[in-house]
Amino acid sequence: MNDLEKIRKAREEWDKRKKEKSCDRQEKFVTTSSREVKDLYTPADIAEFDYLRDLGFPGEYPYTRGIHYNMYRGKLWTMRQFAGFGTPKDTNRRFHYLLRQGQTGLSVAFDLPTLMGLDSDDPMSHGEVGVCGVAVDTLRDMEIIFEGIPLDQVSTSMTINSPAAILLAFYIVVGEKQGVPMEKLRGTIQNDILKEYIAQKEYIFPPEPSMRIITDIMEFCAKHVPQWNTISISGYHIREAGATAVQELAYTLADGFAYVEAGIKAGLDVDEFAPRLSFFFNAHLDLFEEIAKYRAARRIWARYMREKYGAKNPRSWLMRFHTQTAGCSLTAQQPENNIIRTAYEALAAVLGGTQSLHTNSMDETYALPSEKAVTIALRTQQILAHEIGVANTIDPLAGSYYIEYLTNKMEEEAEEIFREIEKLGGVIPAIELGYFQREIAKSAAQYQREIDEKKRIIVGVNEYVDPDEKVEIPILKIDPKVEKEQIASLQRVKAERDPKAVKRSLNALREAAVMGTNLMPRFIECARNYVTLGEMIQVLKEEFGEYREAAVF
Amino acid sequence: MAQERKIKVLIAKPGLDGHDRGAKVIAGALRDAGMEVIYLGLRNTPKMIVEAALQEDVDVIGLSILSGAHMTIFPEVRRLMDEYGLKDVLLTGGGIISKEDMEKLRKMGVGRLFGPGTPTYEIVNYIREWYEKHRKPKREAEKNES
Repeated sequence: MNDLEKIRKAREEWDKRKKEKSCDRQEKFVTTSSREVKDLYTPADIAEFDYLRDLGFPGEYPYTRGIHYNMYRGKLWTMRQFAGFGTPKDTNRRFHYLLRQGQTGLSVAFDLPTLMGLDSDDPMSHGEVGVCGVAVDTLRDMEIIFEGIPLDQVSTSMTINSPAAILLAFYIVVGEKQGVPMEKLRGTIQNDILKEYIAQKEYIFPPEPSMRIITDIMEFCAKHVPQWNTISISGYHIREAGATAVQELAYTLADGFAYVEAGIKAGLDVDEFAPRLSFFFNAHLDLFEEIAKYRAARRIWARYMREKYGAKNPRSWLMRFHTQTAGCSLTAQQPENNIIRTAYEALAAVLGGTQSLHTNSMDETYALPSEKAVTIALRTQQILAHEIGVANTIDPLAGSYYIEYLTNKMEEEAEEIFREIEKLGGVIPAIELGYFQREIAKSAAQYQREIDEKKRIIVGVNEYVDPDEKVEIPILKIDPKVEKEQIASLQRVKAERDPKAVKRSLNALREAAVMGTNLMPRFIECARNYVTLGEMIQVLKEEFGEYREAAVF
Repeated sequence: MAQERKIKVLIAKPGLDGHDRGAKVIAGALRDAGMEVIYLGLRNTPKMIVEAALQEDVDVIGLSILSGAHMTIFPEVRRLMDEYGLKDVLLTGGGIISKEDMEKLRKMGVGRLFGPGTPTYEIVNYIREWYEKHRKPKREAEKNES
């Protein structure tokens, strides 16, 4: 009898003794994703485990244990709080505040009109200007947002998708005006249109022209903005929309493969653009499931990039990712509890080897975070980094029977989902068939049902409820004057710019859209001439059309 | 005996916000609770919503707004509802809305608003109770007339 058989047999005997001597407090134990969890994991659960093949060493293929040789012993993760609200001036002030508090990277949140490619004076923008992020209409707004912040000394992440190329063009021109050449710019645009169709729903154009804009960006940046991360392939929003951990993992990686395939199809060398792809994951409540998810993600990506797509450069194999704690796990009831939830979620991200992290603020079920709340969220990361010892050693949970079992299991299940997507013809056909949207809605409904039926306890929501609760935390208010101010500022820019140059650069943009030449230089030219975001998008809408989805629930 | 009329609810996402998890979960929960649900989907203007409500003769309009535009959109929808003769239709909803704003909107004639973490049965019960009290008598009168 070999060791594993001995363990299996001993386990069976222990099971019998356990049944005699103890009684579990509930019949079934499940993760946040409703995955059933056993009472105990042993070497028998990872029978095929091969250390060198499955884990290897940090900084080396398949990167299960982390992408750097020294991980947080070398450099801590980047603490990057997503921020932006009101006018560009308000956001510029918040950025200076965050940098003074020791934050090491900037992350810009744009308002909905900007995300949808609309100017602040568009009728659809009414009520949304500067509300859930900062309003950007022209280059002038970006000049103000980054005033006093030398772009060669910060890395900036911009959460922008459909109009990502245009915001990148604005940023490049801000750099130009500061005397910083684009080779030196560091940062990320989210630019992940596939997850917009799947989950976040901030799409403008149909999938095909959207993918073309993305390959234009990849090509341009590979040549001219080499330190820029061109796509942040995002599971975050997929998870927030209700997906399980495995769905988040599989859908995100499937999107990643679709971008790689689009790049290859556009004639780019995979090693030219793949090193600039990065990822963005959610950190939800279930500590172990989340950690396993990050480890599985790194391993799957490395294998596909090397084996399937033939990448030769190790930088194409390794998956760098940003993490944000789960907004959907926060509750309006007893909002202070959200600090604790966020801290555990952040712990999972760090134990999972994230490169950067955003921790949510306790008050985000009510409004954008107040300065007090966002400071606590940043301090949460600093405590993690310096006080509790998790940054001392690399991938400390490796070798745990449960963690390794879960990592393997999630990888297997992701593979199954890849096959399902393949059967539907790939990611874009699956989007058009409503596959992702339906699967996510199903998971979201199940999660809510478990809470409603009290099969899942959420403190302060369906247990430990305080009926006389009064919310006693400060809530940020956006001045309703913002919209008026922003529109006035847009009108000033329009009055001051050279209308001939505007027309000329918009015509050049239209021509590139029709001819299929790279759009990036045209966007940059438009930016220099203070063409508005809405004007550029309008031209592209006329050439590319607009996307509509069928509403299903 | 004639089958009892189902409570008819219109769920919509107004404005530019694309976060539709809540709207879909609620739409499903109301349907499972026996109501007739029309889900309008994303990016509806207040006018589109109220016109649909009028056309479908709904009892309740539920809006989901997570983008912070609630202080513009709810009052505008309420105003249009009154203008279109939908004074006795309930306007309710949910999203990322501070308690203070909920109170302000209540004073403008908007019904209860629900934040993240609300169990769906709370919303189901609220709509049922409101319907029994404010809407059922009218519906029955209509039935007797026809």
